[in-house]
Amino acid sequence: MDGVHDMGGMDGFGKVVPEPNEPPFHEPWEGRVLAMQRAMSYAGAWQIDMSRFAQERLPPQIYLTASYYQRWALAMEKNVVERGFVAPDELAAGHALREGKSLKRKLTLQTVREAMTRGSFYRQAQAPARFKIGERVRARNIHPPTHTRLPRYVRGHVGVIELVHGCHAFPDAVAIDKGDDPQWLYTVVFDGRELWGADADPSVKVSVDAFEPYLEAP
Amino acid sequence: MATHVHDHQHAHDQHAHGSELSETQLRVRALETVLTEKGYIDPAALDLIIEAYETKVGPHNGARVIARAWSDPAFKRALLEDASKAVRTMGHESRVGDHLVAVENTPQLHNMVVCTLCSCYPWEVLGLPPVWYKSAPYRSRAVKDPRGVLADFGVKLPKETQIRVWDSTAETRFLVLPMRPGGTEGWSEERLAQLVTRDCMIGTGLPKNAREIA
Repeated sequence: MDGVHDMGGMDGFGKVVPEPNEPPFHEPWEGRVLAMQRAMSYAGAWQIDMSRFAQERLPPQIYLTASYYQRWALAMEKNVVERGFVAPDELAAGHALREGKSLKRKLTLQTVREAMTRGSFYRQAQAPARFKIGERVRARNIHPPTHTRLPRYVRGHVGVIELVHGCHAFPDAVAIDKGDDPQWLYTVVFDGRELWGADADPSVKVSVDAFEPYLEAP
Repeated sequence: MATHVHDHQHAHDQHAHGSELSETQLRVRALETVLTEKGYIDPAALDLIIEAYETKVGPHNGARVIARAWSDPAFKRALLEDASKAVRTMGHESRVGDHLVAVENTPQLHNMVVCTLCSCYPWEVLGLPPVWYKSAPYRSRAVKDPRGVLADFGVKLPKETQIRVWDSTAETRFLVLPMRPGGTEGWSEERLAQLVTRDCMIGTGLPKNAREIA
């Protein structure tokens, strides 16, 4: 979706302000949010692109003003309710009022180490890769109303395939419960002037990782 | 529950203030209670996750990778060939997944990593991303004005240096292999690792100067 989360190239947000000696969490609740998210995804309650899509669907003014972990918490509330794990009256009461649904597994003291390993997104290819390294491709001018990982700033522009990462689960399908729909994944590199016009810094190149359905012959 | 000192001094733009914050705390507590009572999560396991990110998973892991690449040419080749495989041999707490790519800085080329769509970051080697990495200013400008962003970090590169920005739009994660600073001939990996900052592995900084560490 063409939401405010798709920030690449927007002006007006100001300078980047690094914080010296920044702690991992600024408030204890931030750590709880991160760990809950980790536990629920380990349990198979939802996948990462479903979390991303839930954040993207927050009202723009909330997305832009909430802190990072506030967004996570709001997205998690959305996911637990939409996916039937918790009812709104339970969130309001702050207690379970009914029995839980069964989940694939549970994050326990014994399984924490296993859960710290990042899952693999490789999937069995359904067809050979359409594009080769060095080939010119155009990022398609598409505007799906749901989750996509093709940022607006490359759409319609021509770049070159630089890396082929194998076949991966396709976020656009996963986010809307359409399964993995495996797709080839490429790093596509664009000249800065192709993206930002003739006046742009000629020493800059920008790449995105693009799934095959995002690309077409130029 | 993990305990922290509540830092009232801390106020960056994106944090909510006073009453909103306590509302967030209450909502998060309610969510955790409900999920626990329904049997989905175990709060003791959450404690361990938090502890791991506070004490074990951080940029010191990435620094060891970089220091080894600087001292061991075979490891460097392996890292650039398949970073997931190379890093897996180092046995970090948060074991690396399948999709890590290392990109090498040279005198001609400077690499910089961003996630314009959310906050994708190589957690296994760098820990949790800093607030600025997840912020609108960085996400919006890194792909359009990387030299301006570098200036915000006090980094100025020669005009001729090519800048390559990697937007992490899929599950691939990028680790920048910075150039080894001069004057470090014969240094041990441990000593070299002290020169490796988090930001130089993201590409918004350069490694420390040999004179900066004792």
